[in-house]
Amino acid sequence: MSPVRLRPREISLRERALDRTSPLRQLDWVLLLAVTSLVSVGGLHVWSATREREIMLGLDPQAFLKKHIINAVIGMVLGTAAALVDYRALRAYAPFVYGASCLGLLAVLSPLGSVINGARSWIVLPAGFQIQPSEFAKLAIVVGMAMLLGEKRDGEDSPRDSDVLQVLGLCAIPMALIMLQPDFGTTMVFIFVILGVLAVAGAPARWVAGLLLAGIVVGGLVAPAVLKDYQLNRFRVVANPHVDPRGVGYNVNQARIAIGSGGMFGKGLFEGTQTQGRFIPEQQTDFVFTVAGEELGLVGAGGIILALGLVLWRGLGIATRATDPFGRLVAAGVVSWFTFQSFENIGMTLGIMPVTGLPLPFVSYGGSAMFANLMAVGLLQNVHLRSREL
Amino acid sequence: MSDRSRLRLVVLRVVVVSILMTLLGRLAYLQIAEGDKYRAAAATNRIRAVITPAARGQVLDDRGKPLVSNRTALVVSVTRSLVRSQPERGKEVLARLSKIVGIPAAQISLLITPCGEKQKNGARAKAPNCWNGSPLQAVPIKSYSAINPVEVRRVLAIEEHAEDFPGVDARYAAVREYPQGSLAAHALGYLGPLSEEDLKKEKYKGRPSGALVGRAGVESVYDDRLRGVDGVQRLLVDKDATVTGTLGTVEARAGDNLVLSLDGDIQRVAERALAEGIAAARQRPDLKRSGNFPAPKGAAIVVDVRDGRIVAMASNPTYDPTVFVGGISTREYRALSNDTGQPLISNATQGLYAPGSTFKVVSTAAAVAAGNSLSGYYQCPSAFKVGNRLFRNFEGEQFGTINLTTTLVKSCDTVFYKFAYDQWKRDGGTKTRTGAAEVFPNMARSWGFGTDTGIDLPDERKGLITDRGYKQRFWDQTKAVKCKRAREGYPEEAKTDPARAAYLHQLAKEFCSDGYRYNAGDAALFAIGQGDVLVSPLQLTMAYAALANGGTLWEPRLAKGFLSADGKTYTALPSAKKGTLSSSRAVLDFMRVALTGVPMEGGTAQTAFRGWPHGQVQLAGKTGTADAFGKAPTSWFASFAPAGAPKYAIVVMVPEAGTGGTTAAPISRKIWDAMYGFGGKPPLLGPGGVLPATLPVVRPDGSIAPPGTRVPRAPVEVPPSPEPSASASPATGNKALGGVPGLPWSAPARRTSWGEK
Repeated sequence: MSPVRLRPREISLRERALDRTSPLRQLDWVLLLAVTSLVSVGGLHVWSATREREIMLGLDPQAFLKKHIINAVIGMVLGTAAALVDYRALRAYAPFVYGASCLGLLAVLSPLGSVINGARSWIVLPAGFQIQPSEFAKLAIVVGMAMLLGEKRDGEDSPRDSDVLQVLGLCAIPMALIMLQPDFGTTMVFIFVILGVLAVAGAPARWVAGLLLAGIVVGGLVAPAVLKDYQLNRFRVVANPHVDPRGVGYNVNQARIAIGSGGMFGKGLFEGTQTQGRFIPEQQTDFVFTVAGEELGLVGAGGIILALGLVLWRGLGIATRATDPFGRLVAAGVVSWFTFQSFENIGMTLGIMPVTGLPLPFVSYGGSAMFANLMAVGLLQNVHLRSREL
Repeated sequence: MSDRSRLRLVVLRVVVVSILMTLLGRLAYLQIAEGDKYRAAAATNRIRAVITPAARGQVLDDRGKPLVSNRTALVVSVTRSLVRSQPERGKEVLARLSKIVGIPAAQISLLITPCGEKQKNGARAKAPNCWNGSPLQAVPIKSYSAINPVEVRRVLAIEEHAEDFPGVDARYAAVREYPQGSLAAHALGYLGPLSEEDLKKEKYKGRPSGALVGRAGVESVYDDRLRGVDGVQRLLVDKDATVTGTLGTVEARAGDNLVLSLDGDIQRVAERALAEGIAAARQRPDLKRSGNFPAPKGAAIVVDVRDGRIVAMASNPTYDPTVFVGGISTREYRALSNDTGQPLISNATQGLYAPGSTFKVVSTAAAVAAGNSLSGYYQCPSAFKVGNRLFRNFEGEQFGTINLTTTLVKSCDTVFYKFAYDQWKRDGGTKTRTGAAEVFPNMARSWGFGTDTGIDLPDERKGLITDRGYKQRFWDQTKAVKCKRAREGYPEEAKTDPARAAYLHQLAKEFCSDGYRYNAGDAALFAIGQGDVLVSPLQLTMAYAALANGGTLWEPRLAKGFLSADGKTYTALPSAKKGTLSSSRAVLDFMRVALTGVPMEGGTAQTAFRGWPHGQVQLAGKTGTADAFGKAPTSWFASFAPAGAPKYAIVVMVPEAGTGGTTAAPISRKIWDAMYGFGGKPPLLGPGGVLPATLPVVRPDGSIAPPGTRVPRAPVEVPPSPEPSASASPATGNKALGGVPGLPWSAPARRTSWGEK
């Protein structure tokens, strides 16, 4: 414990909050600002994408905006908790978080789970709530891997083969459960996160290269054999936009038309003809980037990419400055996760990546993802605070 | 932190930056570089054009009597996207509709499926059990006569209970009607929907799929003018085609009425005379073959020799164009196409036959051009030796030494054999040499044979005029096949018809060895319109019209002009000259006089024209009896009147029906009788023995009155179009002379009923 006891007088709460060493002063404000602006812009886009439909159905046009705000507030609370929780406690919680995630993933496969858009990924709760455990599983494996690989051994600064195998074993269970849903997008996020964490942990190059190769083999050879035709079309459509014009090709083409027609400055918020005409399915979730592209143009949509870039850049900075392997690996895992998910989500709306059901971090509508993402940002802040304290 | 970790973090930074750059680059490419393309796509995405078809113009005969008009029908149509947005893809809606229209729901479901769409069983929807038009357009399922109150009440239940029939509507629409039944079906044509295939053609660019367009006859040729301009309402829609706004509306403009030179009454007489003549021929025993004459089909054409306008054009057998209204079923179409008489084919423009002796007017002109004297006397033996073959006269007749008039009147073949043989020798005989004068074939071409007549109908056939050059080209193209036949014969034919097989084998052998030669026999047969010569009845009609009018070869025309639906614009269509006969006036005058003998005592058509008042209207004509291998001869009669100052020409052709004098000439007689009123009925020709020269007029109420009717406000008082000119520019004019107002049929036309609801 630090020698604060020697201080002669009681320090007011206000003073403590503004103290040079207080978490409030020490927070990575740039990161927080970037995330907050993404969440806010996301709210506007979600609103714009859902307003017309809600009006048509005679419902509250602001319903999705309100729920987005509620999600964000809850997420901020959860994120704050993740930022301030004791580091060691976090390690202590890791096995629990991991176990809970696996149970959640098992639950979706049971009759408790619901199928939405072809994947059994949701648990529908009463009062209109639904949980997507795979979002939390991302968080769990990041922390779990960091814990396994962050145990410092004397004279060793890179994981041994047995450590790598342990990590793979750890990830195998939730990955297998997710593939059973089937959720191809989240599986790919997992692979990218594993790669990122192992690489930053200093695992031997053969492992990194081998995993990369395994990923390509699974994607290139196994997937075509296992996946159903409609799933394969999501890949084919990248090369040929005319595939499956009434199915996934429709989404891809409509997304491209919406974004392409936005031009430099966009058509203005709530003014996008494609968005307001509801031509793009799943627009408030997976295809939310098309709203930005159409209504805010290159300036607005490019701004979102840059804001995401800022989040990733700060995250990488936090990983670099982290004073212990656990913190560094947590930060690296979170960055890898956001990197791949952003790339995949935006890439699919731009027609350069296959269509999967991954939301855009912070921007898309969706409670589970919002909670998990903001908790991950909280973890980044946690690592950041800790590296400053020492 | 280890160096390795540090390095890996740097690599991760590079990965992150390159990914972000990729996304930004792609975003800028889509929005800036390809922005225009996607902006255009976005505009079409949300704009839907709803099309109100324009009322199609009527087709009227020369006196304004409608041959094709429109009637109001109650059309039940289904918009698939709306029906399918109902629970269970609109199963209940279709079941309810099925009860009303009496079509099984499954069949309705098929009818509205866009062609090419994958179905439950994996097969793709194929015509006719699918919709060929746009998937967003309402698909007509059934149409009802708007006059029948029982049906109307039943169908209107759909509109009254609209909530039970989302996506279904019952609306009044104009459909084609044929007030005269099958009259002039071949000239009029019919309508059919545009298929996706048609839309690729330049002609139909920009037209909505499923739109009805003319598929044959003048409906096809004058489609542009008849169809008018469809009304278009441009609507803003969202993804579910829910209308969110209107961008603009273009009102439909009704198509122009097309006035034909065709005279409904004379057409009817011609069709009836042709049908009766064919029926009569079928009662006559063919003395050279077993049984009666088959006379499977026929054609009769009446043309105004002064300007080439068609007055009547009959083809038998015919069909009722009403079967095409509301979409012909595949079964019906197949039945029409497979009928042995080929009712969809117009024998007048598409039937090709050897012209026989009717061709001798061409041969006479050629013979004179080749140097034979018009006033000379020639030997008419019963047979003439060409090379080593004897060419005989019809039934071995001989007339001694005769002049050309007698040659034509008696139709002496041997005189023509000699003319042709002599010319053939002058041209070098079988030796194919360049520079042959080819007087006979060239004369035939000058008279319009072997080329399109230029009639305003689709798909006319050119026929065949052969000469040395043609024989060589044809032989070069076909020798491989024919020489194989010459070696192997016709074994498959031999099983059923050994005589025919032997004949074909012999022909193949001769063709293989000598087919390129233009033999003396070819030339001789050509001169009497036999052998390889093939002409269409229309070509022969125009040739006789040219002979009658003193040498002008007109392009035959059915269309005379257009009347706009509001009656404000009259457009006369000029007739067009195709050419001038390369025969001197003297030769033509001579033949015109000579041919007057044919229908008189001693001529080949004397029987048919017994009792004709030659003193009142002098008639000139020529019979033709063209042999065909294994079949009864084709019966022809070409005639024109009055011989002194010809106004009309008639050609009648009936294949496998015996001599020209026995079948074709009596048919022609009936038509002439009706035109001049010699059959006890009032003449169909107007005062002065002519038909009206001007267009009908549109009354202020939109109904149509015959030419010359005085209407309260005559739209344009301009002199009538002058002498028909060859210029292609349409002249505008209307003659509003004081005429005979209010003929019996001139009751207000039913135009006003179009499109009302």
